[in-house]
Amino acid sequence: MGNKLTRNLYMIPYSLWIVLFVIAPIMLVLYYSFFDIEGNFSLINYQKFFTPVYLKMTLSSFWYAFLITLISLLFAYPTAYLLTKTKHKQLWLLLIIVPSWVNLLLKAYAFIGIFGQYGMANSLLEMIGIGSRQILFTDFSFIFVAVYIFIPFMILPIFNALNELNPSLLDAANDLGASKWTAFRRVIFPLTIDGVKSGCQIVFIPALSLFMLTRLIAGNRVITLGTAIEQHFLVTQDWGMGATIAVFLIIAMFFIMFLTRDRKRGV
Amino acid sequence: MHHKSTPTAKIFLFIIFAILYTPIFFLIFYSFNSGGTMSHFEGFTLDWYKELFHDTRLFIIVLNTLVIALLSSLIATIIGVFGALSIHAYKKRMKNTLLSLNNVLIVSPDVIIGASFLILFTFAGIKLGFYSVLLSHIAFSIPIVVLLVLPKLMEMSPSLVDAAKDLGASNWNVLTKVVLPYITPGIFAGFFMALTYSLDDFAVTFFVTGNGFSTLSVEIYSLARQGISLNINALSAVLFVVTILLVIVYYFITQRTNMKGVGIRK
Amino acid sequence: MKKLLQLFIAGIILSAILLYAIQAMNESQGYSGENTLTIYNWGNYIDMDLIKQFEKETGVNVIYETFDSNEAMLTKIQQGGTTYDIAVPSEYMIDKMREEDLLIPLDHRKLPNLNNIDDRFMDLPFDPGNKYSIPYFWGTVGIAFNPELLPNKTFTSWNDLWDPALKNEILLVDGAREVIGMGLNSLGYSLNDTNKQHLQEASQKLETLTPNIKAIVGDENKLLMQNNEAAIAVLWSGDAADIMWENEAIDYVVPKEGSNLWFDNMVIPKTVKNIEAAHQFINFMLDPEIAAQNTEYVAYSTPNKAALSYMDEEMVNDERFYPPPELTEKLEVYKNLGPKMLSYYNDLFLEFKMHPK
Repeated sequence: MGNKLTRNLYMIPYSLWIVLFVIAPIMLVLYYSFFDIEGNFSLINYQKFFTPVYLKMTLSSFWYAFLITLISLLFAYPTAYLLTKTKHKQLWLLLIIVPSWVNLLLKAYAFIGIFGQYGMANSLLEMIGIGSRQILFTDFSFIFVAVYIFIPFMILPIFNALNELNPSLLDAANDLGASKWTAFRRVIFPLTIDGVKSGCQIVFIPALSLFMLTRLIAGNRVITLGTAIEQHFLVTQDWGMGATIAVFLIIAMFFIMFLTRDRKRGV
Repeated sequence: MHHKSTPTAKIFLFIIFAILYTPIFFLIFYSFNSGGTMSHFEGFTLDWYKELFHDTRLFIIVLNTLVIALLSSLIATIIGVFGALSIHAYKKRMKNTLLSLNNVLIVSPDVIIGASFLILFTFAGIKLGFYSVLLSHIAFSIPIVVLLVLPKLMEMSPSLVDAAKDLGASNWNVLTKVVLPYITPGIFAGFFMALTYSLDDFAVTFFVTGNGFSTLSVEIYSLARQGISLNINALSAVLFVVTILLVIVYYFITQRTNMKGVGIRK
Repeated sequence: MKKLLQLFIAGIILSAILLYAIQAMNESQGYSGENTLTIYNWGNYIDMDLIKQFEKETGVNVIYETFDSNEAMLTKIQQGGTTYDIAVPSEYMIDKMREEDLLIPLDHRKLPNLNNIDDRFMDLPFDPGNKYSIPYFWGTVGIAFNPELLPNKTFTSWNDLWDPALKNEILLVDGAREVIGMGLNSLGYSLNDTNKQHLQEASQKLETLTPNIKAIVGDENKLLMQNNEAAIAVLWSGDAADIMWENEAIDYVVPKEGSNLWFDNMVIPKTVKNIEAAHQFINFMLDPEIAAQNTEYVAYSTPNKAALSYMDEEMVNDERFYPPPELTEKLEVYKNLGPKMLSYYNDLFLEFKMHPK
């Protein structure tokens, strides 16, 4: 009984937030999505969304978000694991986050310089003997910079999950003759799955609506739903269409949450 | 205790850190360029730094940015932790619904969040400026805190709480002596990521700010049309060095004080 | 728990110190005074020394806020919430703002310096009689190219861009009107064409340009050109001036078929609180010497005829940025085509961007 009361108490600020800053904006977005560019009530935006242009864009957004998440995970997991083995692990972890506090636009400009034809990356390639090539405005540079931006968000929850692992569990597995790989697959990974899941959500969901980098690093070679929304709000001033795409993004997110929901609980 | 890390492991970590810091060193390097752009390094100069220290307007903007980031992350962390606690206490279905709602702001592009917050604030008659920016930053940082705290709560075995209750601990004691210590790493992660969100945000702040209040991102983005001058690089360099120093000092202070507590929890 | 409390207390103390510092600095700057003027402009689009001079001369405190796109500025002014006294939108936005009743008519009696503006730039279709706006800077859309990277190439026409030798060399500006307009111009149509068949023709022609396009970019085109990342860029003359400032080898042309003529203009939005000071400020900026100083700082083309005599001669005689009347006659100002047509332009542009290479 007391439990309920305290729960309701903690709930107050959070529920207020949900109502004011989540439900209200969703309502606004939904409302706008039913108006065409001239301000008449219509379903034209929804119709427009199902044209090849937007469907293709949706597909490519998902594809890039998937790649970004996967690559972030591939690099973040070992990094997080190795960080837990270092001496001043909390300090190193903080130092992973610090670069993300430098302004994003400036970092993007730096990457334009680094990946340019006469930039550092190409000098490096030439030194190794591969020879310089076009890096900027390719899928590679786009995904690289996107992973660069998102990776701290992936490392953090995985680090937290790994850090609390009881070393005796591992020792036990080793004593039982499990190989390193088996120990990882059967013991470590399942125990850190919540961290991995949370990391994937924190990366995949915003990666879907990525913009800016699509222009700065990919030179508009990559067009995502986020870019389209940005354009509709800020260039065409077609808030209706922008809102419609946002509605689909929100639906997509609900769907992802449904897929990754936790099924088992209460051991 | 610690397994020794192998050389390959060390090289791997070194490369990760090198990549993370390369663009920042690139920016700092050009802050000493007398040439005026980030392309050709002509000669060494400290002019950009001198210019920077005479620019009081920019200095106020930096302070604004820091205050907003700190306060919004602190408040968002508190609300987010309570949010995570209450989501955790719910049954499965309700939990999933709440969590999906929680993520709406993460998936919504900044322009949409910004525009809808602007409509909201003007509708509610809130004067645009410090408070509207602070409120918005709190609002978009909460979901990230929840997402980082929740996995720690899920890991926590329910028997821990039950045991404490059996021993006669009050709810408050269960919270402060058992639950919060357990989820502390998640809370820290949430706080630092909220800081990141706040410091990086341009679009939302742009829409909800006004009456002379500005943050660094808004300033930098609006400089883009005329070309970003190198004193912004110099500014980033100064902020970066100060941040690194603060992080290190902070780390060793907390290390010291926690030593005194002697390892009940390591 | 202890660690959490430490973090919390440290955060609160730090915030308090910072808040105190902001307060103190704002007071020392006199920002809290009564007689204030809020200017809403692009970043770094004015010589800040002039603002200080204006403050000194009039005793008005100036608050300078910045935006990075016309549309974002429009949204802020529509919603209100801030008392902007002066804004600097581009010409196509003025029509829209006027339609939505967001502008206050200017009192020309309070602007005696208005006669310094070149007659060519007065009374234009987007604001007949300059009832609401005064031109601040102007320019064209054209081709910037680097002769060092492209020896023996000259550009006089939009069609020169379609040369197969220019594979993967061109940066386009990320604007629907500019790019589609370039397609229209290259076919001899008007920039403001609303004939859908012409537009289709233009977009088909643009699709054949894709092999030559390196990227479609925004403000970073300056950095890319300076880095020799691309040899050619289609851009606004203002950006070209910035690039040439850093790299003198780069040249700029306005193609002979014609192009766009754009203006940034000072207006008084309906959010105004200090109409008196707003007029004072506009008049101040129209003063020939002040305008000359500002132009030397910003390096865009000034519409202020009287200012030219105070400026560096080399700058004034540069026909690329101060084209003779024969050429300006060929240039067109964007007309407001209405939301439906604009949306059609944008759809074409989006399809063009998504066209596979």
